[in-house]
Amino acid sequence: MRKLFVLCTAGMVMLPSVLAAETAPGDVVFGDLGAVEESLTGTAGNAEAGLEVATTRSLGNCLACHVAEGWAHMPLPGNIGPALTSVAHRYTEAELRGILINSKHMFEGTVMPSFYNVDDIIRPGDGYTGKAATSVEPLLSAQQIEDLLALLQTFDEPEEE
Amino acid sequence: MTLRAKMAAGLAMATALVFAGSAQAEPNIDPNPDVTELVINGEIPITIRAPAPDHLDGALPEIYSGWLYRDASTREMEMDDFENPAMPFVDAGIEAWNAVDGSEGKSCADCHGAIEEGMAGVRAVMPKVNEAGALWSMEDYINDCRVNRMGAEAYDWDKQPMKNITAAIAAQSRGMPVNVAIDGAAAPYWEQGREMYYTRYGKLQLSCASCHQENNNNFIRGDHLSQGQINGFPVYRLKQSALVTIHNRFYGCVRDTQAESFAKGGDELRALELYVASRGNGLSVEGPSVRP
Repeated sequence: MRKLFVLCTAGMVMLPSVLAAETAPGDVVFGDLGAVEESLTGTAGNAEAGLEVATTRSLGNCLACHVAEGWAHMPLPGNIGPALTSVAHRYTEAELRGILINSKHMFEGTVMPSFYNVDDIIRPGDGYTGKAATSVEPLLSAQQIEDLLALLQTFDEPEEE
Repeated sequence: MTLRAKMAAGLAMATALVFAGSAQAEPNIDPNPDVTELVINGEIPITIRAPAPDHLDGALPEIYSGWLYRDASTREMEMDDFENPAMPFVDAGIEAWNAVDGSEGKSCADCHGAIEEGMAGVRAVMPKVNEAGALWSMEDYINDCRVNRMGAEAYDWDKQPMKNITAAIAAQSRGMPVNVAIDGAAAPYWEQGREMYYTRYGKLQLSCASCHQENNNNFIRGDHLSQGQINGFPVYRLKQSALVTIHNRFYGCVRDTQAESFAKGGDELRALELYVASRGNGLSVEGPSVRP
């Protein structure tokens, strides 16, 4: 329902051809190694918006598990996943997009949540209420994924030996 | 190095650009090798490290009390009952133990004697299959007595009167080894709990094992992940300023995976309680413990 509302609202301000470019979670095409070549939205991501997504608890909350120089201003980042400071050197744009969407294609068994996925969810909840979800939405929107991707592409500090 | 110092060092590393590959710590190692013992009130030695039970089959090399993962000030609060904020609730529980309640005019003590004698060792073997073959938590045994022997009303699983009495009963077993039965009639419940432990629930697709087996000793934001042992329950949780039950904590953990959680006092969490308790067989009963 909410998606329909968003689409309708978007439809009033965007061209239909732009709308059609947004890829639904079930339609994402992964390469053999889990990379996703196509933008989910056709609209370039905004790194500043991506930082907001990465550091907001109710959104991406990336810093719960990852250290990164890009959010060194935030206290106590976690260390469950690898540090992301030089991540733009380690992965291509398509690989990073695939990791953000559903990293389980690339890293089998990883504990990292799949941020743009609605499949194989066991007992989906309504956010953090403990109650059952009435509909299963992805954790982040397509544009939020592209915004995070834009942020990660700025994480291009040289790798240390 | 203290945990706070370790965290500070972690931060320093972060700001100093250590990111060649990873700032990840190694899971499943002793979180605090410098801390050698826990003795409560100078007289109750607590086993805070123990060999992993055989059924874990190497999943954890050694088991650790959650106490070892906490900072020095929190650890110290648990070393002295005058500092342990859970102890007033234990006193309230002992008072309830000795008080007549219900239509039969009985107290717990009328049948079981002094709590120190009647309840010593009970927490260590809970949850346990009852005579009818059903798995019961300590709360179930308490309510069975209240309703069927005392003619009193059942306590709510997660309300203060129940938490007081379970804290008082747990305290009578402090220092005794956790030793829940997992075979015989308990086996199917244990299997159910094991299955749940490794199931990745919710929109975040996280299992108990994702954090407490694969990532114990790592940090989620500022939280130092432990092995998720439950030998210290009920726990006085400083951030909630309250006693917290095992099922309350399980409910919250599953909820925080963005899942539809499981009912406190329901069959699923009883089974999970048995399985998680069995991962701590060999640690001491430590409840009521103190955690951040």
